[in-house]
Amino acid sequence: MTLNAFYRPRDWESQPPYLHPDYASTVLRSPKQDLVKIDQTLSEVTGPHFSADAIGPLHADLTTNAAVNGEPIGERIIVTGTVMDENGKPVPDTLIEIWQANACGRYIHEVDQHDAPLDPNFFGAGRCVTDADGRYRFVTVKPGAYPWKNHHNAWRPNHIHFSLFGPSFATRLVTQMYFPGDPLQPIDPIFNGVRDPEAQARMVADFSIDITEPEWALGYVWDIVLRGRDATPMES
Amino acid sequence: MPGQTPSQTVGPFFAYALTPELYGRQGIAGNVMAGDDTQGDVIRVEGRVIDGDGQPVPDALVEVWQANAAGRYRHADDPRDDVPVDGTFTGFGRSGTDADGRFWFETVKPGRVPGRGNAPQAPHINVAVFARGMLTHAYTRIYFADEQEANAIDPVLNTVDEARRGTLIGDARPVHGRTVYCFDIRLQGDGETVFFDV
Ligand SMILES: [Fe+2]
Repeated sequence: MTLNAFYRPRDWESQPPYLHPDYASTVLRSPKQDLVKIDQTLSEVTGPHFSADAIGPLHADLTTNAAVNGEPIGERIIVTGTVMDENGKPVPDTLIEIWQANACGRYIHEVDQHDAPLDPNFFGAGRCVTDADGRYRFVTVKPGAYPWKNHHNAWRPNHIHFSLFGPSFATRLVTQMYFPGDPLQPIDPIFNGVRDPEAQARMVADFSIDITEPEWALGYVWDIVLRGRDATPMES
Repeated sequence: MPGQTPSQTVGPFFAYALTPELYGRQGIAGNVMAGDDTQGDVIRVEGRVIDGDGQPVPDALVEVWQANAAGRYRHADDPRDDVPVDGTFTGFGRSGTDADGRFWFETVKPGRVPGRGNAPQAPHINVAVFARGMLTHAYTRIYFADEQEANAIDPVLNTVDEARRGTLIGDARPVHGRTVYCFDIRLQGDGETVFFDV
């Protein structure tokens, strides 16, 4: 049986370690044993595929997808970009799920007890599927910063959580998109779990006046790079 | 060549988006993977996610990916047209964990899938674990205690130190005519689950 090429490994220069003590919750939740390296098989190079049918009511416009009696409060933004692999090849037809705090920095999650108001018109979750060129586009409001109890006076920088599948179980990625120029980034233990400054920069969107729509919404561009295949097909 | 986008933790607040049934919304996949018409032996897989202090992890997300009962993945890159696809079965499941760290899936036992050099792999379910406190997800596999012969020659199990192999094998017990496999995921410490660099 010949499989299409296998995927390049997770790049541990770019990827954060399991143990990063500045982020206190990693201390008891990080494996101590080394990962066991295994050869990829059909089990790793295949993975779930979701068509546009999977999107449902939580579609890509978070300013309308849970509205009850109006629009959510906050700064309306457009977040768009291309999902590609390490070879620069677009990843079409792949599901993206996002979730975020509202403009006040409050999540609708029942465990979030931050003293900031919920917004009846904002659920804070959306989905879309990339188009034939790997492009995606969400409309939402800019999420607020919020406190967390990692250390004294700890605040998370503004961010949107992203979940992507890509073509295989090996390309699965859950990450966060940050905003340019946020003074909380240099002191955020989660952001700094990624050590390489170039890799950190890949988590930060660019403001774009071209994506910005007059009299309506600011635009941000954020490209996402998933693991790519090695060039040569291999005999399995 | 563009560099990989780094992973970041799923955080504590993913449930309303990724497992949103409790919030009255439909998720893209859930705990029940097998329908009434799905071919194969219906099984239940359950376990707990446990931290380095032996405490439950109540905010983990467990995702599973598996072949159908015939051993075929529902994916364009599974080239074996002679092994049937089951239209009722995607092979993907998602479970959050509850206050006791418990997750569960109702699925069918996967068939055997070839590995490198066509060496047969034992039936297994591929797992990705996400949690607050995990900056990147961890991969593991669930094998089945009642597949001793297949397990003995499985190339991946045989890559693992014999002393740790048991962490990859779900104990089997019959409950009301169905087999329930218990598979705990110990993130750290005594009996730490084997995680893979795939
Ligand atoms: Fe967050």
